[in-house]
Amino acid sequence: MQILRSLLFRLASTAATLVGVAVIVFFVIRVVPGDPIAMMLPPGATAEDIARLTALYGLDKSIPEQFFIWASGVLQGDFGTSITARRPVLDLVLGRLPATLELSIMALVIAVILGGVAALMGTRERGTKVEAGIDVANGMALSVPDFLWALILILLFGVAWPVFHISGRVTPSLDLPFVTNFYLFESLVRLRFDLWVDIVSHMFMPALALAIPLAAIIGQLLKQSLKETMHLDYVTLARTKGYGENHVIIREALPNAILPTLTLVGVQFTFLIGGTVIIERLFSYEGLGNMAIDAVINRDLPLIQGIVILFAVLFTVVNLVVDLTYALLNPRLRHA
Amino acid sequence: MSYLKISNLTVNIAGTSARLLRDVSLTVQPGEVHGLVGESGAGKSMIGKAVLGTLPRAIEIVSGTIELDGTDLLALSPAEHRKRLGQSCALIPQDPLTALNPSRRIGPQITDRLTDILGWDAKRARDRAAELLDEVQIPDPQRVLRSYPHELSGGMRQRILIASAFAAQPKLIVADEPTTALDVTVQKQILKLIKDMQQRHDTALLFVTHDLGVVSKICQSLSVLYAGMVVEATDVRSFFREPAHAYSRALLAATPKYTDPEASLTPVPEEVIAAVKAEVDAADARLRHG
Amino acid sequence: MLDGRSQVRRKIGLRLWLSGGWLTILVFAALFAPLLSPHGPLEQDLFLGRMPPFWEAGAEPGYYLGTDSLGRDVLARILYGARVALVVALVAGSITALVGSTLGLLAGYLRGWVDVVISRLIDIWMAFPPVLFSILLIAVLGPGLVSIIIAIVVIDWTRFARVVRAEAMAQGAMDYPASAQIAGRTRLSTMIVEILPNVLPTIVVLLTLEMGIAVIVEAILSFVNLSISTDDPTWGGMISEGRTSIHQAWWIMVFPLIALFLTVLSFSQFGEGLKDRFDPVLR
Repeated sequence: MQILRSLLFRLASTAATLVGVAVIVFFVIRVVPGDPIAMMLPPGATAEDIARLTALYGLDKSIPEQFFIWASGVLQGDFGTSITARRPVLDLVLGRLPATLELSIMALVIAVILGGVAALMGTRERGTKVEAGIDVANGMALSVPDFLWALILILLFGVAWPVFHISGRVTPSLDLPFVTNFYLFESLVRLRFDLWVDIVSHMFMPALALAIPLAAIIGQLLKQSLKETMHLDYVTLARTKGYGENHVIIREALPNAILPTLTLVGVQFTFLIGGTVIIERLFSYEGLGNMAIDAVINRDLPLIQGIVILFAVLFTVVNLVVDLTYALLNPRLRHA
Repeated sequence: MSYLKISNLTVNIAGTSARLLRDVSLTVQPGEVHGLVGESGAGKSMIGKAVLGTLPRAIEIVSGTIELDGTDLLALSPAEHRKRLGQSCALIPQDPLTALNPSRRIGPQITDRLTDILGWDAKRARDRAAELLDEVQIPDPQRVLRSYPHELSGGMRQRILIASAFAAQPKLIVADEPTTALDVTVQKQILKLIKDMQQRHDTALLFVTHDLGVVSKICQSLSVLYAGMVVEATDVRSFFREPAHAYSRALLAATPKYTDPEASLTPVPEEVIAAVKAEVDAADARLRHG
Repeated sequence: MLDGRSQVRRKIGLRLWLSGGWLTILVFAALFAPLLSPHGPLEQDLFLGRMPPFWEAGAEPGYYLGTDSLGRDVLARILYGARVALVVALVAGSITALVGSTLGLLAGYLRGWVDVVISRLIDIWMAFPPVLFSILLIAVLGPGLVSIIIAIVVIDWTRFARVVRAEAMAQGAMDYPASAQIAGRTRLSTMIVEILPNVLPTIVVLLTLEMGIAVIVEAILSFVNLSISTDDPTWGGMISEGRTSIHQAWWIMVFPLIALFLTVLSFSQFGEGLKDRFDPVLR
């Protein structure tokens, strides 16, 4: 009952946040200098042409008026039409979303694996040189943002020792049999491992760059909370039962140490998704972020709006999922 | 033959000469309850931890042997040491609120040792767990086995920990101040329960406590510790009738009488402290030269 | 145990020294850029395009770190780029700290409707992808140093507001602010005289971290070509240019990248070092 009520409260406050985002984006981009209509017409277009197109995109109305037209459209699932691509914003955005989702999730998986291993190793070898080494590596990884890691990875594994692709999502000459845009997932389902390998080797560098800072955060938080847990009586008790260090860390300490880490990882994962914007640009990866930057450069107002709203939705959904997972994992809440 | 035999055990803070245990020797016979008493910081819990191999990493055993049923535990590899203990020893911890893993159900926390270390099949382990909960007078054992720790009271949890300790039919149980964290009213019941279980299963008990009243109720023999040194080791009857060491006498005088709990307590006199400190210094000198 | 503690101390000291050392070098490099570099940052010489750094065969004397495709001195551009990076770090960092901390302090100490409004704003801000938001802002404001600084302030004030709000709330719940008010202080002066000094160490640490972030944001914006006009030397712009000719002339990208990496790392490590110094319950 309590959970239901707090869930409803969360949904309401999420909705309020999204409305706020929509209002701000809408008004900010209306002040963009540079006329998108003039940019799309060939030189020598008449004033009449411009006026006609401006009216077509509703840009001749007052800004609040435009907002209400746009907002009522959004509520019916219509995000308007892209000025540059001349296609519905929703189609464009949903077409790119899978690429960004796959990249973010792959980055998350890499971060969890790297951070988890670092935390478990550091806990096992606590007080030794191994732990000190892990701490230094964590500190470095945390101090430098994904943008710089991406550049360094490009230099190392794209230029100096070219083992991974550093541009695009898939080798363009390949024949793709896909019906969805979830290439990574669909190639697995279709058992096309040749394509899967190609896709992974395109995604790995950007995903790793996004993952490094998050891995460091997971490593640091999880190790700290594991080490605190290792002093507790139930861990000692498990030792006296005859269990070894690995077992004690993984079965006794880890389930309890994960919870405090989880909430922070949720927020950090939204930062990671935000980071895809520039990382996709760097790796010419055809995702939402890359499209967003093009949209800004081309002054494609409806598209910018659509993408920002989608990102905001993505962030709030991630936070919601994290909270639900937290409630599911915590026996105290599960039985409340 | 004694079941547990600790000989000349000396323990330091790792890498320093700060001593936590000084040349400690003691024996526990099969089925015997041996009390370890002393003020806080005297090292009584440290002995239990050394036996169970749960000393913190910052603490090292400098010298001595801990023989369990004739095997020197300290000569075993850490993995063998743990396995050996898992099969034959158990711990009743001090604080029932922190000694059960909050994210695991009660059942597996009792049966894990039986299935994982002793190789029982799951059904037999579950039946045994239910039987033991019944033995420690927990109503509706099946429901409790499915519960999480936070759903149970402190007294219940301590009963569960006792049941869990006896589950594998260990030969020796270390009880580390098992009643200290409980309400006074619950303390008596738990103490009686431990005593009953110990007698029924004929288990040897190393009973760590600062409470001489508890010692008189459950122990057959005891060691009195001061600053990591055994100042007196004797049987309970002669200890309470006629303590040999001045520190023991002072400790006894400082314990509230059951008959007259309001009587003002005598703190340990300073000359007794000075004398026992001199003995500690002498022991240190002996350890340095021997 | 004692040994462990002193080792931790020393490590922290080393961290502060190293990062502080690099930042000091950077400040001097930026201040004395004209004296240090033999060439101007905008001086082009198309006959001297893509000259390698001094230790490689075919290097041109006087161009220690080589030249870019337009024959401009890479070292000179890094030195002048440091000016842009540091100005952005100091100015954007300070204004962000001022705005964010003020809002956080007000929300955390005054509570009530002020807190409701500010917290709601923070929530909305957290739902924006920050890089995209900054690019959008630069598109609105037009390129230039001032635009970058405004964009950083607008995006990052929440970093301060969130933390300072929580700290001010914790401090406000203690006894001393209440007793100060009983002693006759107004709420506002209690906030400034009693609460602020206790939150200040946190603000200083965040400010150091923010300076590193500001440098990165500037680099990202010049990388996307939305920063200052393309001629002016910025590290991000150099990296962006160098990336296109990375196979032919690695030095154009690598040297500014190293400068950027060390600077960002130093700001962050300096902040972390300060945090450990200030933190009374240090491990």
